[in-house]
Amino acid sequence: MAKVKSLAELKAMKEKLQSNLDLREKSDNPEAMIQIKVAMATCGIASGAKQVMEHMMEKAEELKLSVVFTQTGCMGYCHAEPTIEVKLPGRDPIVFGHVDNNRADEILEKYVINNELVDGIIPVNYETIG
Amino acid sequence: MARIKTHVLCCGGTGCKASASDEIIANFEKILKEKGLQDEVQVIKTGCFGFCEKGPIVKMMPDNTFYTQVKPSDVQKIVEEHIIKGRKVTDLLYLDPENKQHVADSKHMGFYKKQLRIALRNCGFINPEDIDEFISRGGYEGLGKALSEMTPQDVVAEITASGLRGRGGAGFPTGVKWGLCAKNEADQKYVVCNADEGDPGAFMDRSIMEGDPHTIIEAMAICGYAIGATKGLVYIRAEYPLAIERLQIAIRQAREYGLLGVDILGSGFDFDIELRYGAGAFVCGEETALIHSMEGKRGEPTFKPPFPAVSGYLEKPTNVNNVETFANIPIIITKGADWFAGIGSEKSKGTKVFALAGQINNVGLIEVPMGTTLRDIIYEIGGGIKNNHQFKAVQTGGPSGGCLTSKHLDTPIDYESLMAAGSMMGSGGMVVMDETSCMVAIAKFYLEFTCEESCGKCTPCRVGNKRMLEILDKITKGNGTMQDLQELRNLADVIKDTALCGLGQTSPNPVLSTLDNFWDEYVEHVVEKKCRAGVCKSLMHYEIDPTKCIGCGACARVCPQDAITGEKKMAHHIDNLKCIKCGACYEKCKFGAISIK
Repeated sequence: MAKVKSLAELKAMKEKLQSNLDLREKSDNPEAMIQIKVAMATCGIASGAKQVMEHMMEKAEELKLSVVFTQTGCMGYCHAEPTIEVKLPGRDPIVFGHVDNNRADEILEKYVINNELVDGIIPVNYETIG
Repeated sequence: MARIKTHVLCCGGTGCKASASDEIIANFEKILKEKGLQDEVQVIKTGCFGFCEKGPIVKMMPDNTFYTQVKPSDVQKIVEEHIIKGRKVTDLLYLDPENKQHVADSKHMGFYKKQLRIALRNCGFINPEDIDEFISRGGYEGLGKALSEMTPQDVVAEITASGLRGRGGAGFPTGVKWGLCAKNEADQKYVVCNADEGDPGAFMDRSIMEGDPHTIIEAMAICGYAIGATKGLVYIRAEYPLAIERLQIAIRQAREYGLLGVDILGSGFDFDIELRYGAGAFVCGEETALIHSMEGKRGEPTFKPPFPAVSGYLEKPTNVNNVETFANIPIIITKGADWFAGIGSEKSKGTKVFALAGQINNVGLIEVPMGTTLRDIIYEIGGGIKNNHQFKAVQTGGPSGGCLTSKHLDTPIDYESLMAAGSMMGSGGMVVMDETSCMVAIAKFYLEFTCEESCGKCTPCRVGNKRMLEILDKITKGNGTMQDLQELRNLADVIKDTALCGLGQTSPNPVLSTLDNFWDEYVEHVVEKKCRAGVCKSLMHYEIDPTKCIGCGACARVCPQDAITGEKKMAHHIDNLKCIKCGACYEKCKFGAISIK
């Protein structure tokens, strides 16, 4: 194992290692973060939710967005899978349906960054607890 | 490449380990592999989460789902439901005792809401056996900052300005202690970490060493730089095998990274750490006794001065700090003295870790800002008294502390106000008692402990405590007189004034504080020969109420002494000459016919 020879090296090492703990650090204060929940029930997975989630995680990293990605169960919109719920800090969550890679990019680039609404929003007609 | 989407944090502290957390971790790894999820889910063994009451704990990230009392057989369900289908396993969630609702998110649990974790910042968050996780949380940056941007004097000044005081109990300002040692010239100085945690029920030091061992290494190196020492020693009790193992791993990793050894971070500063094992004598928590024990001598205290800062280990200047004190150091250096001094009360800065125990719903390890009231700790974080019983007293400070009552509930916790109330901070044991605890018996319990642990060097402690214990024994047996109570107080005062070390000087505290706060109970024992809590067996007897007894005979069958007689379907009777007061009949009776008198 190479030795750490200076404070600068230590800091560089921290930068490099930080991504491993990123997921834990972020969820320590979820209210202040962009939260994206991906419906990952059987219907979601069958429609490609898993692949979309991975694509979004990569894209978010590329755009330098700090996002907490969570898998959830079935949201009940099986007709519109894959569905994702996006919650920006201080705003009500919005659910998007039929999310493929292109639409995922659009959501991140337009809604998350610029707050522009994009097509495919599913009106939320219930409230969740907690 | 698949990405990690979920982190599963499993508690690997001693408590949870004892309830099979290793098996839980193994099951997770096995089942995740079976499902082909090993590249998407990372299982991490962490230090203690503090919520030991409901261990083993498994926490799912990023959604902060907090599963309690997880069994190895539950793992299958967690993987299938939570990880694969995204549904929480409701049965395993924490049940709020107030509203009987399951709380999914640890952020919403009363236990964590009022806590502020500084010393425990990494416990239950990182893998203590992985230096990389520690570094990515900013670990060793405090050391780096001290070595490359500060002079040793700056470091001492920073710690002094932070207002940090010794967490071992007495509360001596840490920066001042470092300053004293720094100014003594010597060819060799030593940094000692006092990990001889001995208060009954206190386990914060163990948890820090098990959950975040690198913090201690970093802090000791910072201290070494500040006082001019190149050698560090951790005096740890051999009963802490897991803490020892994790410290050893951490020391090895730090050496591999060059964070211990010669020329640390290119600064020219050398520092290394060795472990020294204690046999678990309470008195070895006293710094002079600890030093003698490390030198291979008897663990007995010596008179101060000379203070260890002048002549300590091998007669060289030595700085001794407690584990929890050290755990605060690195973050004070990185975040600055002002940040730390902004937390807590006027004279007590920062936070304090307490080990909550006794008749309280949430037994565990907590950390709160100084100045938090006992009420908040007991009712908000601790979740109140078990089984809807009444709060009676809280014992703080272990055998050196005292018992506080409901009138002290709004006392803000800091060194001065606990002292003023007749107790002390101590290392942070906090035992909550309800009406089933007899205060005379409690005082006796702590005194038994002190008598056992007294090193015997000075007369007040060796003989005085023994005499006090005899008087207490007499009182609990129903043979006490009012004269005894007076004598108890006289003896206590003399021991307090004349004992050699901290152990002896504080040993009468449990007696004095109960005499002050529960005088009525002492008088009851002496005059009425009665123990209201039903603890002192000589002062009570069981009686069967003939109007309630239906003569089922259940009590007679469990009585080991055949002391209960009676015809079938007729009221029974206890022969008090035969009765050994085991209480078996009392527990067995379904009709509430047996009572303690």
